[in-house]
Amino acid sequence: MTSFLLRRLGLMILTLWILSLIVFLAGQVLPGDPGRAILGNLASQNSVQLLDHRLGVDRPLAVRYGSWIGGLLHGSMGTSYTYQSAVGPFIWSALFNSLKLAALAFVIVVPVSILGGVVAALSDGRALDKIISLTGLSLATVPEFVSGIVLIVIFGVELKWLPVTAAAGAGASALSQLQHLILPAIPLVFVLFGYIARMARAGTIEALSADYTRTAVLKGLPRSVVIRRHVLRNSLLPTITVIATQTGYLIGGLVVVEKLFNYQGIGNLIFKAAESKDFPMLEAGVLTIGVVYVLATLAADLLLMVINPRLRIGGATS
Amino acid sequence: MSELAAPSGAEVAAAGVGVRAERARWRLLLRRPTFLVGAAIGLFWVVCAVFGHQIAPQDPLAQQLLATNAGPSGAHWFGTDQLGRDMLSRVLVGARDILVITPLATGLGTVGGTILGLAMGYFGGVIDLVAGRIIEALLALPAVIISFLFIVALGASTTTLILVIGLIFTPLIARTVRATVLTERHLDYLASARLLGENPVRIMFAEILPNVLPAILVEFTVRLGYAIFAVATLSFLGFGIQPPTPDWGSDIAANYGLLGAGYWWETLFPALAIASLVTAINLITDSTEQVLTS
Repeated sequence: MTSFLLRRLGLMILTLWILSLIVFLAGQVLPGDPGRAILGNLASQNSVQLLDHRLGVDRPLAVRYGSWIGGLLHGSMGTSYTYQSAVGPFIWSALFNSLKLAALAFVIVVPVSILGGVVAALSDGRALDKIISLTGLSLATVPEFVSGIVLIVIFGVELKWLPVTAAAGAGASALSQLQHLILPAIPLVFVLFGYIARMARAGTIEALSADYTRTAVLKGLPRSVVIRRHVLRNSLLPTITVIATQTGYLIGGLVVVEKLFNYQGIGNLIFKAAESKDFPMLEAGVLTIGVVYVLATLAADLLLMVINPRLRIGGATS
Repeated sequence: MSELAAPSGAEVAAAGVGVRAERARWRLLLRRPTFLVGAAIGLFWVVCAVFGHQIAPQDPLAQQLLATNAGPSGAHWFGTDQLGRDMLSRVLVGARDILVITPLATGLGTVGGTILGLAMGYFGGVIDLVAGRIIEALLALPAVIISFLFIVALGASTTTLILVIGLIFTPLIARTVRATVLTERHLDYLASARLLGENPVRIMFAEILPNVLPAILVEFTVRLGYAIFAVATLSFLGFGIQPPTPDWGSDIAANYGLLGAGYWWETLFPALAIASLVTAINLITDSTEQVLTS
């Protein structure tokens, strides 16, 4: 088990390193001349060179990568071009806001989609299964801003049940904050529902056809007990992994939802950094999302080891 | 060794069975109502993409400043936007760019992913290991975020959009192709091809590829749905198709601020257009998957 953990951590660090190379490539190599990109085509060559020097981007690539990574390892994420101050505090407060929104989406989607998937599996092939599966598939591929707009029109503009902006304003009570976050969370729930329900359905169908289920049925256990004690426990294992891998997509969706509902989260931060070509902020934001994803998958793996004794006792083959 | 490649009678007969099975599959597909509905909606938008300017009742770019933000009426079925442009015409013509970009980008990713996946699955070893780690790292980022990063770096244009989405899809599709190749790798026909001394490129493309083609086709339709999602999202965020070109995503971005004022038609109709196209692709994907992989 220790060797599995070490291997897992090693792979995680390797993934993060490759990720940093990709982000560096996109943020520092591809734009060519950041000074030119910021100042535009009309600026004089002289001022572009001055800006490049001030930003430190006239140094060789290897040196820039080294100092960027060195800074990250010491907890410094660089200096924003736009705000002329350290990127870190912006990232942390935005990440905190996003995590609140994401947490609410997860709290809603996990039970609902697992229930949907299990119900679909129990009526495998029948109309209910088809309806749940196709609805899930469609919701998962309708962009968040499309469902978000439909929701705003119905609940915000026509019925006026819920506020159409996500930020409750300073000093708002927790309940008011929650109320502001419900509408933005639903488009995320829609997208995630399809993936998680699909996995829960597949896992349940597999567990239903397993030998231990047949044994349980044949020894005379009532159907509800078989499903609760034998089917569900096994069917939820792959679902946990999917939930973890969806955190990445969740944050991709956050970009759209946070812009649509004007919420100061990491998605909005990245979006604004991209618009204003604030490359250090953009790179730090994207890398943060990568780290969150990697940590979430790690947490899922650890959780699986805790839940599933087969992984814990020796047989750890990844 | 060309005489060895000449088909024997048995092979011709087998090929005949293969073609017949292929036709049977298509007939099975055409009998599925989900496929027919999806194909009909998809075809509608394809016709709009090709003949949009001829079908549209008005010029989608013509501004009528005396009829701005007009609600749906006989003259403007879908109303007009804040510049008085006819929304019905903009929605119909707006199918064009997204329907050009997404198949090209998905096609690019499918070709790239197929080559990479075949190589990873067939050769294994270092190629598989290195490519596998890079794919793992790319998976840590949502497609929209990576495209964002690269589009900002390269500048937004139709070509950039196609290239970036194609490149992002390449590793994702490669992973699926690799997994399918691994299930084929130890089968007898590959061993015999190797023993005959065929070169690896020929084995990959002439022997393995035809057998993994159904899986690739399914993957293509799945990715097409994601591509539409991605392009619409990027256009909404201002990093995709650029105004004033009629486009659903960028039209929504331009008009959703007016929702609070009650001008819902400028936003809702493009949104429904995206939803209908995405649903069509899903219906096609779902039925293709069931027929081809059963």
